Amino acid sequence: MLGRLSTDALPFYSWVALSGAVITVVTFIAVIGLITRFGKWGYLWREWLTSLDHKRIGIMYVLLALVMLLRGFVDAAMMRAQQAVAHNSDGYLPPEHFDQIFSSHGTIMVFFMAMPFLTGLINIIMPQQIGARDVAFPFLNSASLGLTAAGAGLVLISLVIGRFSTAGWTGYPPYSGVTTNPGVGVDYWIWAIQLSGIGTTLSGINFIVTILKRRAPGMTLLRMPLFCWTTLASSTLMIFAFPALTVATALLALDRVFGMHFFTNADGGNLMNYINLFWIWGHPEVYILILPAFGIYSQVVANFSAKSLFGYKSLVFATMAIALLSFTVWLHHFFTMGASANVNAFFGIATMVIAVPTGVKVFDWLLTMFRGRITFHPAMLWTLGFIVTFVIGGMTGVLLALPPADYLMHNSTFLVAHFHNMLIPGALFGYLAGYMYWFPKAFGFTLDQRWGKRAFWCWIIGFYLAFMPLYALGFMGMARRMEHYEIAAWQPFLVTAALGATVIAIGLACLAIQLLVSIRNRANNRDLTGDPWDGRTLEWLTTSPPAPYNFALIPHVHHFDAFHEMKLRGVAYTRPTRYEDILLPRNTGAGVVLGGFAFIFGFAVVWHIWWAAIAALVGILVTVIARSFCDRIEFLVPASEIEEIENRRFLNLSKGNAL
Amino acid sequence: MDSCHLIRTPILHPAGPVALAERDLLLSAVLIMLIVIVPVFAMTFLFVWRYRATGGRGRYTPNWTYSAGVDAVVWLVPAAIVVSLSILLWRETHALDPYRPLPSDREPLQVEAIAQDWKWLFIYPEQDIATVNELVFPAGRPLSIRITSDTVMNAFFIPALGGQIYAMAGMQTRLNLLADRPGCFRGRNMQYSGDGFPEQHFAAHALPTAEFGEWVNRVRQSPARLDKRAYLALAAPSIGHPVGYYSGVAPGLFDHVIAKYAGGHTQ
Repeated sequence: MLGRLSTDALPFYSWVALSGAVITVVTFIAVIGLITRFGKWGYLWREWLTSLDHKRIGIMYVLLALVMLLRGFVDAAMMRAQQAVAHNSDGYLPPEHFDQIFSSHGTIMVFFMAMPFLTGLINIIMPQQIGARDVAFPFLNSASLGLTAAGAGLVLISLVIGRFSTAGWTGYPPYSGVTTNPGVGVDYWIWAIQLSGIGTTLSGINFIVTILKRRAPGMTLLRMPLFCWTTLASSTLMIFAFPALTVATALLALDRVFGMHFFTNADGGNLMNYINLFWIWGHPEVYILILPAFGIYSQVVANFSAKSLFGYKSLVFATMAIALLSFTVWLHHFFTMGASANVNAFFGIATMVIAVPTGVKVFDWLLTMFRGRITFHPAMLWTLGFIVTFVIGGMTGVLLALPPADYLMHNSTFLVAHFHNMLIPGALFGYLAGYMYWFPKAFGFTLDQRWGKRAFWCWIIGFYLAFMPLYALGFMGMARRMEHYEIAAWQPFLVTAALGATVIAIGLACLAIQLLVSIRNRANNRDLTGDPWDGRTLEWLTTSPPAPYNFALIPHVHHFDAFHEMKLRGVAYTRPTRYEDILLPRNTGAGVVLGGFAFIFGFAVVWHIWWAAIAALVGILVTVIARSFCDRIEFLVPASEIEEIENRRFLNLSKGNAL
Repeated sequence: MDSCHLIRTPILHPAGPVALAERDLLLSAVLIMLIVIVPVFAMTFLFVWRYRATGGRGRYTPNWTYSAGVDAVVWLVPAAIVVSLSILLWRETHALDPYRPLPSDREPLQVEAIAQDWKWLFIYPEQDIATVNELVFPAGRPLSIRITSDTVMNAFFIPALGGQIYAMAGMQTRLNLLADRPGCFRGRNMQYSGDGFPEQHFAAHALPTAEFGEWVNRVRQSPARLDKRAYLALAAPSIGHPVGYYSGVAPGLFDHVIAKYAGGHTQ
């Protein structure tokens, strides 16, 4: 009846795991309790969960990302604490638990922090930047969010019921196979990334179609803001790369559940096929995460240098070159597999070639600052911190691209330091810059800059403290993923790294305080004009937060700094003579229902509760079919209502001295 | 043999020509890349200082957005660096191909390494001996290692002597190493493989040739023989397995371990 599920699934195997489970459950109950206490279920359902407004969906994505950032960071801090004390001792984490933590840390940070964060920011901003009223497929957007949340839910519930994978975020077989890992951990991992992976593929399709079909008149491709270009590149990678992951993990699931032999040691299976498939997704994935951040940096650096972006076309070309090249380098993740020198050299050179367009981007950002007027908004600080830190990561990346050097550094903490050196400045700093830059656009008031700057300094100092020692440990031969170690010389470095994690924790606290302080002072921080930073692109033309339809009249675009150019010509805020009715997507609960069924399906498959899995699958199909018969998918905002909203807008604009 | 003085940073202080060449490649690449890194650092700090909105002394040209000359430089300088690194990479990747036998006037010592949960078995086919968690070889004579796994994927690595390579069941990889001088080095599995992974390290001793011969004789006196039954007992998972010696090895054991996975059916 309940498959493999029994009371043995409860986490009584270690007190640390048990407290983690208790904290998760208590937090969950507290959130439910608070929503009930304040009677907000109706509001939540009507205004958020069922909303097809791209801005609302985007905000929910970012919220999910921030929650998962916290969880992923707790994992990181626990690993740092363990390694700081585990010289010739078992530390406080048993190996089984430590191994779950490094697996969940990577899985969460890639799939459930970075992916929702960038998807959320794209959702909120990209349609406004191209002068659109919504994404091309608003319901698909809601379904993607439901699937991503279902995947995140599976990772979270694995802490309470059962265990998570110990096979690392890459899940290499044969270790992740059923012979060595018979438990539910790997299954949780597989289904969490299956569900979110499908959500991501759908998001990618949605964003591409939106960019190609929904641009305002005059917005040629080469007038799109850089963030839209990087979104286009990133989304293209999503739809071409994610199927490889979906297939690899699906085949792994077939091995595990039905005893097949795609990747097993025996009966003709071969792990090398999995590793190739995984990285055919995995390397483009790095650029899926980083390119949107590059777009954010491009916007921020131009805005806070009060200057047009230098070398716009060069940046566009570099972006697309990176996207294309990202498919030609996957083998550099396993130079040590014993491929011939020709093969390794080919992939090594292909990898280094990516450094060229990336270098071009860095120089173009610097040249944008050249002869500008730089103001140090927190978003700009993240950008500056990124430029300096990222080139170090780029350098260590080129070192790892040299196969003979990689033979020495592969699988060591040097590698761990390298990819954190790419992804923390290259992706997370960018998302946080975007969060602080665009927050007023989403909520109508600006974030406190002092706490934002404090958060930045804690993060950057913490980053160097946490990861420079790992580079050094790589030269000392320390492998990654060690639950304990026997070499005394390593310990001071690991203690320093733990100190760095503590400083980053303070940085996280600063982010939380910044949010609370800003909400408290929101009356003073209101963004009346919708353009708090003297912006250059179209999202600053709308109100903050934008009306549901974004633009009452779709703007005409003549320049890649479209809004800046409109302000120069004095036509940014011309009041139209008359308004027209606007059609907007009608709310639907189908996305939530799909997410719910997907979660049940994933959970049931993990525990081999086959009847529930089949029922959930039927539920998914019925929901999709029922939704496809729904004709009333839009509602009309009458011109009179629009006029009312726009009149308020012009009142605020004059209050904010924008007119 | 007990006094094993470890090298603190084996990658910076290699003990053999392979690791030395790999390290030198790493360091020369760093130097070449400084051509880009240093200007980026300098430009960032200089521009932030000169063009800051409050107090900066730099000119303000908000519409200066393109210069073909500058564009050419930002593309061509990184491209030139990558071209020069690529030439270096191509040459060194072939020169340091782990499968390539090392130039030496002495015949390489053949060793077969098998990764097990969680230990390393070393078979010396010419000497007909085997050891667990201890690799001993003569200094100054090339070491030719055939590597496989009787469990999940592992990675065989002696940082002071040269780079790592994966150990995979049903397959054989190779590594050619050489120690310039006698010494004791650390080796380990670098690829996470489960609970015993942290413990899965071994000592690699490079001995003067005469002492190596004495060591072989000592191992030959061990009463234990690595027949099929002893092998199966050894292959069972164990953590922190002590160093072990076998005075005889079932013929073709290494190839048999590979074949049991490669044949299409497990035996």
